[in-house]
Amino acid sequence: MEALAVAAKSFVVINAVLVAFAYILLFERKILGWMQYRKGPNRVGPWGLLQPIADAVKMFLKEDIIPKDADRLVFQLAPIVSLAVALTAFAFVPIGPGLAVVKDADAGMLALMAVLSLEVYGVALGGWASQSKYALMGALRSTAQLISYELAMGMTVLAVFIMAGSTRFDAIVASQEGLWNIVRMPLAFLLFFIAMLAETARTPFDLPESESELVAGYHTEYSGMRFGMFFMAEYVNLVTATALITLLFLGGWLGPAFLPGWVWFLLKQSLVIFLFIWIRATLPRFRYDRLMAFGWKVMLPLAALNLVVYATWAALA
Amino acid sequence: MTPVFLVAAALAVAGALGVILSRQPVHSVLALVLNFLGLAALYISMDAEFLGVVQLIIYAGAIMVLFLFVIGLLTARKDPVEREAGEPLPLQRPLSIAAAGTLALLLGGSLLVARFGGRPGVPTGFGTVKEFGRHLLVTHVLPFELTAFVLMVAVVGVIVLVGRKQA
Repeated sequence: MEALAVAAKSFVVINAVLVAFAYILLFERKILGWMQYRKGPNRVGPWGLLQPIADAVKMFLKEDIIPKDADRLVFQLAPIVSLAVALTAFAFVPIGPGLAVVKDADAGMLALMAVLSLEVYGVALGGWASQSKYALMGALRSTAQLISYELAMGMTVLAVFIMAGSTRFDAIVASQEGLWNIVRMPLAFLLFFIAMLAETARTPFDLPESESELVAGYHTEYSGMRFGMFFMAEYVNLVTATALITLLFLGGWLGPAFLPGWVWFLLKQSLVIFLFIWIRATLPRFRYDRLMAFGWKVMLPLAALNLVVYATWAALA
Repeated sequence: MTPVFLVAAALAVAGALGVILSRQPVHSVLALVLNFLGLAALYISMDAEFLGVVQLIIYAGAIMVLFLFVIGLLTARKDPVEREAGEPLPLQRPLSIAAAGTLALLLGGSLLVARFGGRPGVPTGFGTVKEFGRHLLVTHVLPFELTAFVLMVAVVGVIVLVGRKQA
């Protein structure tokens, strides 16, 4: 019975997340359009509201091409791994008190980070299996980038754990009652925000697929729905990343009582998503060596410093 | 014998077999990741959530990615695997059979002890964050710090070996 309930919940959440993906994409294209003095999608349905559906239909109808030299098994597996990992990670995210697929996991945030650390595989395998130099370069870059920024992210999250005294999401949110972590540890927020931009490979960290030099990076050789799965995984990761920022630093579902907790959560998350899109419309891309230097020589030491400061604070308080 | 245990154990065994049976090195790496996933699920099914999570973060998320990096780059052009005549190592088969036999004996022995020896079961708090931290930083602090020192030496060694020469 319990397994059935979890399966039903997963089904609902997966569909909700995929619909959210479609409309976040539309939201992003609209906002990018406005920021660049154009209208964005506006032909399919009122205000382009049916555009995501048209895109999905197009994706499904495209020919599925597998390069002649590709490692067929791995080539077909990579997008599945990518999307499965992204969706699994979201299972740990609570959007309200107890409102998650996996309820009250003891190591909640740690488990989520464990799943997120598997995200590298889809990208690395996809790039490797394509047997194309652009794809391989893209995969190498993004693997290096994901691993480098994961370190700074982990260190920052440790400081949050120490202040909350727990790795559970409900305890982390409860510890921000009255004083959100964004005020209590602004440096950690900044580091975590940057690390999340890098983990989701968004501008200015979109080197894995920098279209002006690598065609499309690790998914250059993919077409049709296989490409669509990589694309979906990217946006599901965006949803997870913004949810994490909301949970760890913006007080999660805390807010004045006239709205239910999950509404506050979604409002805050939408604001963070808007920030991500705004940054994409504003900033140019990093150069690759600068990206690595920034990750190892700026982010990591600052995250370590932040950890030491808050560990001392927690020990003295 | 819960269903979770059966599925996780099957995954782990399938992964382990895949490691030694696949011809393509990258497939072996993938099979090993599958094996680690199975192991992590086993830990979690024993209420050792933290151990399972650490297994994923460290082994599947970090070490195997490094493996994939190296192997993927070395075999970036898919050359057919070279088949040499006979065994690459002398006495390979007898030695591996002996090792497998020893392992099987140890495993069977511990099974018998667990079944009839009245050995206590899983201690309370096994695998939780708190208990894990206590063992690591209180009970076994010396080996833990020694390991950290060895790793530090390795890091310094790498920097000395490949570090940029001062111009």
